[in-house]
Amino acid sequence: MFEQMIIAGFGGQGVLFVGKTLAYLGMDIGKNLSWLPSYGPEMRGGTCNCSVIISDDKIGSPIITNPDTLIVMNKPSLEKFVDAVKSGGLIVLDSSLIDSKVQRDDVTVKYIPAMEIAENHGNSQLGNMVMAGAYIKAREPIFSIDDLYESVKAHIPPAKMQLAEKNIELIKAGYEYN
Amino acid sequence: MEKIFDRPHSLSDVVLSYCPGCTHGVVHRLIAEVVDEMGLEGKTIGIAPVGCSVTAYNFFEFDMQEAAHGRAPAVATGIKRVHPDNLVFTYQGDGDLAAIGTAETIHSAARAENITIIFINNTIYGMTGGQMAPTSLVNQVTQTTPYGRKVENQGYPVHVSEMMATIKGACYVERVSVDSIPNIKKTKAAIRKAFECQLAGKGFSLVEILSTCPTNWGMTPVEALDRIRTEMMPEFPLGVYKDCTDEGGVR
Amino acid sequence: MGNKVLMKGNEALAEAAMRCGCRFFFGYPITPQTELAAYMAKKMQKNGGTFLQAESEIAAINMVYGASGAGARVMTSSSSPGISLKQEGISYIAGADLPCLIVNIVRGGPGLGGIQPAQSDYFQATKGGGHGDYHLLVFAPSSVQELADLTSLAFDKADEYRMPAMIMGDGMLGQMMEPVEFKEYVDLKDLPEKPWATTGTQMKRKKNIINSLYLTPEELEELCVKRQERYNKIMETEALYEEIQTEDADLIIVAYGTLARIAMSAVSEARSQGLKVGLIRPITLWPFPAKVFEKRAETSKAFLSVEMSMGQMVEDVKLSVNGKRPVYFYGRTGGMVPQQSAILAEIKKYIKNM
Repeated sequence: MFEQMIIAGFGGQGVLFVGKTLAYLGMDIGKNLSWLPSYGPEMRGGTCNCSVIISDDKIGSPIITNPDTLIVMNKPSLEKFVDAVKSGGLIVLDSSLIDSKVQRDDVTVKYIPAMEIAENHGNSQLGNMVMAGAYIKAREPIFSIDDLYESVKAHIPPAKMQLAEKNIELIKAGYEYN
Repeated sequence: MEKIFDRPHSLSDVVLSYCPGCTHGVVHRLIAEVVDEMGLEGKTIGIAPVGCSVTAYNFFEFDMQEAAHGRAPAVATGIKRVHPDNLVFTYQGDGDLAAIGTAETIHSAARAENITIIFINNTIYGMTGGQMAPTSLVNQVTQTTPYGRKVENQGYPVHVSEMMATIKGACYVERVSVDSIPNIKKTKAAIRKAFECQLAGKGFSLVEILSTCPTNWGMTPVEALDRIRTEMMPEFPLGVYKDCTDEGGVR
Repeated sequence: MGNKVLMKGNEALAEAAMRCGCRFFFGYPITPQTELAAYMAKKMQKNGGTFLQAESEIAAINMVYGASGAGARVMTSSSSPGISLKQEGISYIAGADLPCLIVNIVRGGPGLGGIQPAQSDYFQATKGGGHGDYHLLVFAPSSVQELADLTSLAFDKADEYRMPAMIMGDGMLGQMMEPVEFKEYVDLKDLPEKPWATTGTQMKRKKNIINSLYLTPEELEELCVKRQERYNKIMETEALYEEIQTEDADLIIVAYGTLARIAMSAVSEARSQGLKVGLIRPITLWPFPAKVFEKRAETSKAFLSVEMSMGQMVEDVKLSVNGKRPVYFYGRTGGMVPQQSAILAEIKKYIKNM
């Protein structure tokens, strides 16, 4: 396995957290991984992204020039990264936040109204988890949804376990969305 | 014959490097006497500054560190955090403490750092040959103020004790002088009180000591002592500027 | 798979430092090393240690001087402009033969520069950023795991040789998360004894003096000569490096830190295209691993130093290769990171004429 993904959106959407969630998954299934955020002087607002690599082999560059996967949660980020995605790659796109279509026919695009789904589940903050579920669905069988559930539970402090359950509920909603 | 006057044990048996008539030697002796009387030699760590007393580590028998110019309170902070039960004091001149090391002085006090600063104020840079100090008096002639310190060019002297007394973390601040026997006795009492303040964990203490520099002042030792009284004391009045020791300190 | 945890480089460094017995941290905030200090602030007290935010970098490094002279394992961390401020203190620490760890999470310069990754403090770190004849042990980790491992090694070597050590990273390494496995906490009683430290004489020994002032030139020279003998021994025995596919390489890339990983990816890509390229990754920047260059100058045709600077380490590569082979340079600076494709293009540029 050598999966390079860029996760991008606005600051505050939980972009870095989805990346971290998938990085934990990689660690828990015994892969090498790296998680690299973009960083700047601003604390909030503006676009934000992180690069996650999950690999069987030792990881060289943690910087991704051409991702296998783009998980994207706002329009400026789509415009920034859409052309960088490898031919044959995957784009998971929050269609409740991005109204345009991807103008490429050499990539698989999965449109999912993640924010809307999250709102329907009573938590508009967790669109990022919906995206994670949709991503796993698209990447089966190299990842398994059950491994992700386990991983989410494993890395949340016991005191916040209901948060893990909420996250899993939204991951599941994303996973099951068609 | 009974010996009635001797070198304190914690004062090294070496020739001091100071000029004749300089009062550094007096203050060194007072510190050593207090350390001896309080039985503290084995647990004292001193910090020497940059200035005439840069080699003060040669003159005491207890452990010493030599600090970069102005940084003695930071060095003392590092030491005291490692050895909170030891007596840690810095010995600093006016250039070291009130010019290049102002920030370290203020912030060690603001942190209520449990250390003691012995501050020698002689209104001049001695070691480098008599330049203007932050405490130089208005109209004082120095190598770098050959026509006198002028307000319109070099401004006013810094009043360290007054300034330090405004800092909440300072527990005990007193200005003393070594111009006369009664004042030397008061200086010794102040040093002792500062050390006691530290050992009781009450917080930051500073003793400012008005001192001489006959060489760079261009005076005889006697004239120099007289200058402390006639010129320095009016600008830098003696007295206790802050004392929270009775209230249990500031920590 | 052991007890791996996912951690940012900055945090992993802090955790590793506490685990190997560091109980004193003095620092001043600066981007991009803030997570390190924040982690220390949170954890140091629980470990019975001291975290202190000083009034300036200058005060912080002098607190390090005091605490080290008092016998403690102590560290500070900063980033380029802050490290410049600390140079006076670092020179004094070296001059007083004190061990400590200084972390530089390098950012673009000169001046206020930027906050993105850079390697433009190489000269400052390896050639003595402060005044006088002295060196730091300089370690350049390229992964979060290595960051943790080298932190512990840096403290040990600093104690062994009584000299300051530096970890040079960059914002990329500091911000990056990777799985890391830590050593167990050491018992502070097992740390090396420091009979030279100012701990108070307890009236049981002669006084100890921590000092860098020697007004007699003969005495100062003698001390510098003795220190140089120690440095010579270190240069002989302590250099660390990694070699990848160098044995049959026509062109050898030289890169350190996170950039070495990008270079490694470029080397792999070049190899997959049949190009005979290898990589030497210095892990210690001082001592510089000169011997491997002497050896590889015999077997390869040229070297290419790739840096996030305008060309600093390339001088050490040239000195080590000593004119036997051409040494080329490719660099980006100011926070720009050379891309894998750009490194590959450089490789092709040179290798086609071989």
